Amino acid sequence: MTTLSFTKTSRFTKAPARLGKAGTAAAVVVAIAVFAAIFGPWLAPGNPDLPDLQIAWVGPAAGHLLGFDFEGRDVLSRLLAGAQSAMLGPLAVVVLAMAGGTAFALISAWRRGATDAVISSGMDVLFAFPGILLAVLAATVFGAGLVAAAVALSIAYLPYVARVLRAAALKERNQPYVQALEVQGASVPRICLTHILPNMSRMIVAQATVLFGYAMVDLAAISFLGLGVQPPAANWGVMISENEPGILQGYPLPALAAAACVVFVVIAVNVLGERLLEGEGHR
Amino acid sequence: MLIGSLLVASFAIFGALYLAPGSALAALSGGRALPPASVAILDQRYHLNAPFFVQYWYWLDNALHGNLGISITLRENVSTLIGSRIWTTAGLVLYASVIICVIGIGLGVIAGLRPGWLDTSALVTTAVTAAIPAFVASIVLILLFAVKLGWFPALAAGTGGGFAGDLRTFTLPAIALALSSLAIVARVTRAAIREESDREHVQTAISRGIPPRQVIQRHILRNAAIPITTVSAITVASLTAVSAVVETAFSMNGLGAYLVQAAQSKDLAVVQGISLVLVAAFVLVNLFADLLYAVLDPRVKLGAKAS
Repeated sequence: MTTLSFTKTSRFTKAPARLGKAGTAAAVVVAIAVFAAIFGPWLAPGNPDLPDLQIAWVGPAAGHLLGFDFEGRDVLSRLLAGAQSAMLGPLAVVVLAMAGGTAFALISAWRRGATDAVISSGMDVLFAFPGILLAVLAATVFGAGLVAAAVALSIAYLPYVARVLRAAALKERNQPYVQALEVQGASVPRICLTHILPNMSRMIVAQATVLFGYAMVDLAAISFLGLGVQPPAANWGVMISENEPGILQGYPLPALAAAACVVFVVIAVNVLGERLLEGEGHR
Repeated sequence: MLIGSLLVASFAIFGALYLAPGSALAALSGGRALPPASVAILDQRYHLNAPFFVQYWYWLDNALHGNLGISITLRENVSTLIGSRIWTTAGLVLYASVIICVIGIGLGVIAGLRPGWLDTSALVTTAVTAAIPAFVASIVLILLFAVKLGWFPALAAGTGGGFAGDLRTFTLPAIALALSSLAIVARVTRAAIREESDREHVQTAISRGIPPRQVIQRHILRNAAIPITTVSAITVASLTAVSAVVETAFSMNGLGAYLVQAAQSKDLAVVQGISLVLVAAFVLVNLFADLLYAVLDPRVKLGAKAS
């Protein structure tokens, strides 16, 4: 819920966001995930892609903390190797959706009138396409893969980003300082990019954080459906789907370990996003 | 507005798949070389040589008359194929929606009205469950209640047993589908109830000695109903797409799982048909929510935007 009273924010008077205990824990989880995404392949104790059917479904053993998957590959190594696509995919979605959404929001807020109406109704139509449906359509047209899925998701998230940021941009648009700049003859792109955008930056970061969690879940779901990252590549969503038979056969650990990675990172990102939104004066 | 967005959506669906690489003729013939006479017949039957907009018009006209084309993998009418699967998905989504509305809103109302340990534990639980994706919920539920405890079947394919049997097979998938949305609905409901309880008219009503029951029903719930309707509608509408994940995890023979198979085998007519049905369902749920706004709040006029 929005309230009428909002404080004027400038870059210099903001209090730093307080993380608290839960926020600190969340930051640690995210840091570990990022570290694994960057250095995962080097940290992996075994070869994540080397199958050995003789040890399929074998449980945890010395040097193999999480045991072996349905093809006898080391689960921990695959989790570490899979962190890269599991984290990079959502990052790409967030960057694309935020860039597009911010651009539409700024144009809508600046031009208002007909331009705003056209953009807003375009976004309303996009609303009717859930992310997963758009990703399935993209997979049909361009073939299954992470790139098609990420582009489809970033388009599906556009209306959500654009709507929230449009409201924020409109607030800034009506501030006296913008009128002052206009009177002084500053160019429109200059006002938007060097004055309005920085004032929306906290909102943008908070939105991006929340979006990252959604993107991670949806991308993992798409890979789970077989339309995202393609096996035998290591990816958390792929690992859940390829090890799903183990659930019924009594070897749930590989699928559960991958699922736990997704859930932990998503919870951590959500907690961070909530803290940032609180810092922005929401709720 | 609704018809308009449905029309634009149908255009987008048709246009996107029109751009798909590979000629429509090759898709129809299954890649075999055809004699020129057959090619001519196919060209004529499917208007393959007509311009894009004409093709779109034929497709839309046929779709409105219930003819969505022919599946190239199963050689059957897409409408028939959808018709035989739609009830699985509809039942699943309906079951999940009931769970979301009853438990989600119920939990949110209780947590909102009674601050204390119940509220705190509801907040923590929903924060965690909101982050559990449907496919994770599916495998955990299968593991716990189907494999370990054996209360429900693990795979929902053809168990029979009439309505009671259906209810049993659909329970785990419906819970998996509902879980994260339920948490979101509960959290928004709680916040709405809290906000309304703190409003001045509610404080006035309490101080004037109006019985708590009446205050809750007439002053808090009635006003909180609008944001609760909004979030319920958004989450329920999004279930139609997520059902693909749950149906796949439980090997159910529904529209979503079929859509994924069709995408993998590039069965364009099926992908177009099911996408159209899912988008239409999404728009219908939102229409229903708009009607509900008008009932809940007489100030909202139909056709105007409730925000």
